[in-house]
Order: sequence, then C-alpha cells, then structure tokens
Amino acid sequence: MLKLSGIGGRLYRGETSIDFIGKRRRWYSISALFILLSIGALSLQGLHLGIEFKGGSSFTVNKAGASIEDARAAVATAGIPGEIIVQNIGTNKVRVQTAALDTAQNNAVQDALATKFSVTVESIDTQIVGPSWGKEITRKAVYGLFGFLICVMLYLAMAFEPKMAVAAIVAVVHDVFITVGIYALVGFDVTPATVIGFLTILGYSLYDTVVVFDKIRENTRTITASSKSTYSQATNLAVNQTLVRSFNTSLIALLPVGSILFVGAGLLGAGTLKDLSLALFIGLAVGTYSSVFIAPPVLAQLREKEPAMIALAKRVNGRGTAPLTVNPVATAAVVAHAPGEVRGPRNQPKRKGRK
Amino acid sequence: MSTTIKPVKTAGRPARSLAILALVLVAMLGLVFVQGATAVRLGLDLRGGTSVTLQPRIAPGESGKVTNEAIDQAVSIIRQRVNSLGVAESEVAAQGSGTNRQIVISVPGDTGRRVVELVGQTAELRFRQVLASSSALVAAGSAEVSAGSAATPANGVSAEVNAKFAALDCTKLANLQGTGTDAPTDTIAVCDRAGTTKYILAPAEVLGRQISKASAGIDTQGGNAWYVSLTFNGEGTTAFGALTTRVTTLAEPTNQVAIVLDGLVVSSPRITEPIPSGNAQITGSFTQLEAQDLANVLKYGALPLAFDRGEVQQISPTLGADQLNAGLIAGGLGLLLVFLYSLLYYRGLGLVTVGSLLVAGSFVYLLFLLLGKWIGFTLTLAGIAGAIVAIGVTADSFIVYFERIRDEIREGRTLRTAVESGWARARHTILVADFVSIIAAVLLYFFAVGGVRGFAFTLGLTTLVDLLVVFAFTKPLVTIVARLPFFASGHPLSGFSAKSTGTLPVTKEA
Repeated sequence: MLKLSGIGGRLYRGETSIDFIGKRRRWYSISALFILLSIGALSLQGLHLGIEFKGGSSFTVNKAGASIEDARAAVATAGIPGEIIVQNIGTNKVRVQTAALDTAQNNAVQDALATKFSVTVESIDTQIVGPSWGKEITRKAVYGLFGFLICVMLYLAMAFEPKMAVAAIVAVVHDVFITVGIYALVGFDVTPATVIGFLTILGYSLYDTVVVFDKIRENTRTITASSKSTYSQATNLAVNQTLVRSFNTSLIALLPVGSILFVGAGLLGAGTLKDLSLALFIGLAVGTYSSVFIAPPVLAQLREKEPAMIALAKRVNGRGTAPLTVNPVATAAVVAHAPGEVRGPRNQPKRKGRK
Repeated sequence: MSTTIKPVKTAGRPARSLAILALVLVAMLGLVFVQGATAVRLGLDLRGGTSVTLQPRIAPGESGKVTNEAIDQAVSIIRQRVNSLGVAESEVAAQGSGTNRQIVISVPGDTGRRVVELVGQTAELRFRQVLASSSALVAAGSAEVSAGSAATPANGVSAEVNAKFAALDCTKLANLQGTGTDAPTDTIAVCDRAGTTKYILAPAEVLGRQISKASAGIDTQGGNAWYVSLTFNGEGTTAFGALTTRVTTLAEPTNQVAIVLDGLVVSSPRITEPIPSGNAQITGSFTQLEAQDLANVLKYGALPLAFDRGEVQQISPTLGADQLNAGLIAGGLGLLLVFLYSLLYYRGLGLVTVGSLLVAGSFVYLLFLLLGKWIGFTLTLAGIAGAIVAIGVTADSFIVYFERIRDEIREGRTLRTAVESGWARARHTILVADFVSIIAAVLLYFFAVGGVRGFAFTLGLTTLVDLLVVFAFTKPLVTIVARLPFFASGHPLSGFSAKSTGTLPVTKEA
C-alpha cells in the first residue's frame, strides 16, 4: 500500500510517467480489436436473452434433491409445446423455463410440478412474461440510453467544455459496446436487471472520466499563456496525476459490487442480484480502462486540432525541448501567476519548508 | 461555461456544521418514532407475494383514445376487484405516462392464481333496467325480499335469480369484486359499488360503447347542483330512447335504469321522461367529485380497455426471505471490504471514511423508514442493490477529496491549508460526478417499470445523501482532524506522512 502511495507522489511530479496520450494508437488498437470481437460475437452468436425479453414462463421449485429428470417428466405430463429448459440452481432448486403460455397451460405446469415434487402450488416461484412485454422494456431501455447520453453530453458541455463532452461520450459508447460484446461472447443471460446494470455503468464510467477531465482542465486552463508544454503533454501529466485516484475509486466501487456478485451468484444462484452485479462488474472494469486510455487521448486529439493548440505545439517544439514529463514546479508556478487567476490560498506565495 | 473555482473562504465552523447534522439525525430519529415507522416496508420480492403488470391492449388507430382517465378508471375497477380479496397492503397503481402507462398490481401472500385470474378480465359498462332493489343489509332468506312483488311480470324473473338475489349479501367483500363476467343477455342479481344496495337487473339494453360523450357540469341556476350529461351515438340514441320510453310510466323501482360497470351498479337514476334525443342528463345530489367520477365511468364505458398481462411474478415467502438475507449479507460484506481498504490505504484518515459511511448509512436507513410511511416507498431487491452500489459512489467522493489533499501537500502546502484548498477543487469534481449519477437515476426512474424504478430511486436518494454527508460531515471532520497533532505532524499512521503522500524531502528544505 505504502509503495502505491509513493508511486502517487512520483506520478504527481511527473518523475514516473506512463505515456497515455503519445501511445494512443496502441490503446485505440486494443479497443478496436475488442470492439471488432464484440461486433463479431453479436452478429454470430447474438445475446442470450432472458424470458423477460422473449416472453415465456419460468417456474422454480424449492426442494432439496429436486432432479432435472423429474422436472422434465412433470412438464411432459402437462403437455407443453415448444422448447423447455430445465436447470438446477444451487443444490435445492430446479428451474423450468418454457415459451409463452396461456393461463391454463401455466396452471397445468404448476400443478404438475407441485404433484411431482409434493410441494404446494404457492411455494413454486413463478414468472410469466407476455410476448409483447419484451418489446416494451427494450424500447424503454433504448429511450433511457439515448436520453441519458444526450442529457449527460449537454451537462458536461456546460460544466466542462463541448470537446470534453464528446470525448466522454466516445468513452461511454466504447464501454457499452465492449460490455455487450462480452455478454454475447460468454453467453451470459441478459435480463432487465442486466439492462439496469448497463445503464448504471454509463453513470459510473462517466464518474471516473469526470475526475480525470477535471484535472486536465485545471492543468490546461492557462496553457497557451506559456510555452512550457503542449496540450497533449499537459493532458498526459493530468492522467498520470489522477492515476492513483482512478485506481482507488474503481477498486472501492468494485468491492461492494463484487460482494453482491459473490453473494448473488453463490447464495442465490441466479436472479436480480447476480445479473445486475455481473453487468456492473464488467462495466466498471471496462469503464476504468476507458477513462484512462480512451477518453483523454480522444480529447487531446480533438483539442490539438485547434489553431491555438497547433501554434502552442510549434512554440513548445521550437524550443527544442519537448519534455513529455513536465517539471511540476514549473507548471504550478505558471498556474499561480497566470492572469485572471486571482484565487485565495492558491495565490499566496509558497511557504515551502513550513510543515 | 463556468470554469472557475470560487475562492474558498475559511475553514468555516466545522463544529457547528457537525452539530447541525447531528441535530438533523436526531430529529429524523424522533420523527421515525412519532410516526411509528419503525420497520422498512419490504417489496414483494423480499417477503413473497404476487405482482402482475398489465399493459393496455390498443387496437390499431385507437391509440389516441387511451386517455389517462380511461387508465385511471381501469385502475379503480381493478382496485375494487383486488380489494375484494381482503388482503392487507394490496396495491394497484398506474406507472409510466400516456398510452404506455401500465397497471401494476401487487398482492402480498399466497394468493397467486386468484389474483392473476381476477385482474385479467375486461370490464364493460352497460345500462340495465332495475327489476327489484333492496337494502343490502336485509338478512338473506327474509320473506320481504321475495322479488315477486317488485319484478315486472313482463320480464319474468326466474326463481334461480330470485333465490340468488335473496341470498346475496353485499356486505361481503367477495360480492363486490366484479369480474367482468356479467353477460349482457342475462338477468342478474348484483350489488352496488358501495355495498349498500342490491338489485335484480334486466338484460342490458344499451352498451357503454354506444356512448359518444360524457361530462360533469354544474347548474348555476338550479342552486349550483352538479350533474352529468351524456350523449349517445346513433344506435345508442335509438336504444336509450326505447328503454326510457318504456320505463317512465312503470312503478318504483322498475322506472330506474342502472348504470353497471364491471358487474357492479355505479348509479341507478330514475327516468322521469322519455329521452329520444340521445342527450341525457343525470341529476341528483352529486358532489363535484361524485359527478366527475360518474362522468369518467361513462367515458370509460365508451372505450372499454382490454389488458394484456405483461408480466406475472409469484414469489414464495421462502424465496423472499432468501433474497432479503442475500441482499443484507452482500451489503454487509461490501461495507466491510470498503472499510478494510480505506483503513489499509488511508490509515487514520480511513477512520473518517468509515465514520462518513456510517453516517450516510444511518441517513439512508432513516429515509427508508420515513419515505415508507410518507410516500409508500417499498424496498425491493433491486433497491438494496442500488444502495450497495451507492456505497462505492459515496466512498469515491471521499477518495477524490483525500487524493486532492495529498496533491496539495505535494505542492508544498501544510496539512491545514491543503485541507481547505484541496476541498475547493475536490468539491467541484464531486458535484459534477454526483450530478451525473443523479441524471442517470432520474432517467432510469422515468424510463423504467417495476424493479428498475426501485433501483433508480435508491441510487438517486443515496447520491443525494452522499452530497449531504460529504459537505456537512466529511469536510468539517477532516478540518477538525487536520488540527490534531497526530495528523498535522504527519504521523506514519495518519495517512498524511511524507511516505504516504510521496512528498520528497526536498520540499521540506528552503
């Protein structure tokens, strides 16, 4: 831990620096590869949709030692058409999933299962989803997604700057793509709980990005006033300075999500908790990656195209020294003496040595 | 584009801020006891029960006709049916907006199948002539109810219906459920909605869908009496004309026409003159509310709403208890891990995190209790998950702040000034990031149905609590703590040692 803290200090001063911006092609390629894989998996395998989306019925019997064969036999006596999936959940539950059924058929399956396992009809956990229901929730999820992206983009454009909003959204779309791709690739069930997870990730992935961008904005606010570093260099320093923070916030966020996943998958076997936390877990991991490796380089690329930044880059390079790792003391000094930057404690002369 | 950070004033008065927060907590605790809200209301998925979500079935080209009033009317019809089960804490509510509104029915306990069958039927409105009526309180089998005297011989009521009428007890909930199974061609024995009167009614002569317009109005000349006016379409005008012409001259109660919705009598106005025009007015001692309710019933009759069962969920109490346990264990474990990590990484400062999380936790718990009482908030499994995820969001705010303080120290500040200047910067980051979380929660809430809403609600609520705690608890506490010699001197276990901030000895010189 202490070692990590030490790294925090070195990263802050730029003594240790990882080149996030300069090697952007490498990160882009890695992401492009994943996105291609995702698209491939999506088009070849598609998502494994839960009955909430397809319509269907699910019956779960709580009975120690309930076997798949018995459940199949029971459903067969009820005479239900279509594909029937029977699986064990944990050691004392068996779940039967069927296509969409009418009320009489649902009752028949319940009765057959109740008789077979000698349990009451009321103790069977039942979920019946109409065929048109899935369309409805899919539509709502899509509306929610676009509504969210637009709102956040507007908000970030106001709170930060328009180009930061663009870069943040690029990162979010990247996260959604890869997360959905992982779901298609591995074949995890997609349920409404998964969709909630997806939508929540969007918020979370932005949290990390916001933290990084806040530092970038601070480092680059008065950048054109001096010729010390280019926009890309200042951005890279910001990413390095916030690296420990990004790592910590992500880890802290993953801890509770991981415990839901552990309990949800371990104790309950299946259901809301597992679906939700799995989506969150994967999404958080991807979101952390994109807030460091994708969002800042995209932002730097966008900003470097501005005439002022091109001129700055020329001035910086013209000096012959293009230090990727900027002297932090110099940066701090520039910030403190910048015109229009009259702020309380920040503006006070440094009292070094006073501890 | 506000890009400047406002200058921080001073350290403020941290002790006062903490005292106010403590007062608020105590006040909330008092409120909990005063209101008697001592247990969190649990959702059906945590205690067992049945929930059914109904979607209006909209015929092509008729989407404009599914109005909010029609849905509200359907909700009240279904509520009437569900209440007839007599299960406490049953709920029927509409969710969403416009034509996409859904009706969500939740009934705790083991009533599964009956609920599902009860709510699926389409309710229809019909006009039927009254053949006999009597107070519902008359004991079944008593001689005076024998319908023979009241029923018109022309319609000839069968002995079977008479017997049913005699036995009908409208004070029993089960007789007030209405199932939509009243065939228009039958002579029926039914109760009114309030359960105070019972009727024998002739076969339906006018149907609800033959109404073209209905509204409530006030007669300003006739002593400000509320009335309901309705207009029939072509078929309806003929049928209603014939019905009213026939019954006006008949004796009580056969000169009444009952308006029957979902097998229950809503109103049975006496017909005083033939109405061949197709425009009728129902007067009586209506209050404004009663008149509007009746008008809504008639409007609904014009387009009876059929529903599809979108989703039915039946959860046994065993599974409910399991899910509750799992949620609580996951929450406890998550909290513990976050505590451990903060203490390991931030040392003494980690205690501030632990304290802040505990304060935030108590706030959230008290809010759950109070909101359960005030707005019927129920905690679902998805809601618990939202709260657990929020532990991370809340802890993130602290990390952002703590790392900021370390940054400031690396720039050569003393702990006491770093705490203030770091706050000025961290504050902005925390506000922006939390606001993004709130946008996510609000959108999720409005775009989603069922469990998702529970998740969005707790996520939004806990994010707001996070803001409150960071501003009113964590920051003041850090200010106080920074004055303690243990922290200010950079003790190895304080989390502010030169080693943990990575401050070079160089900065100590000069």
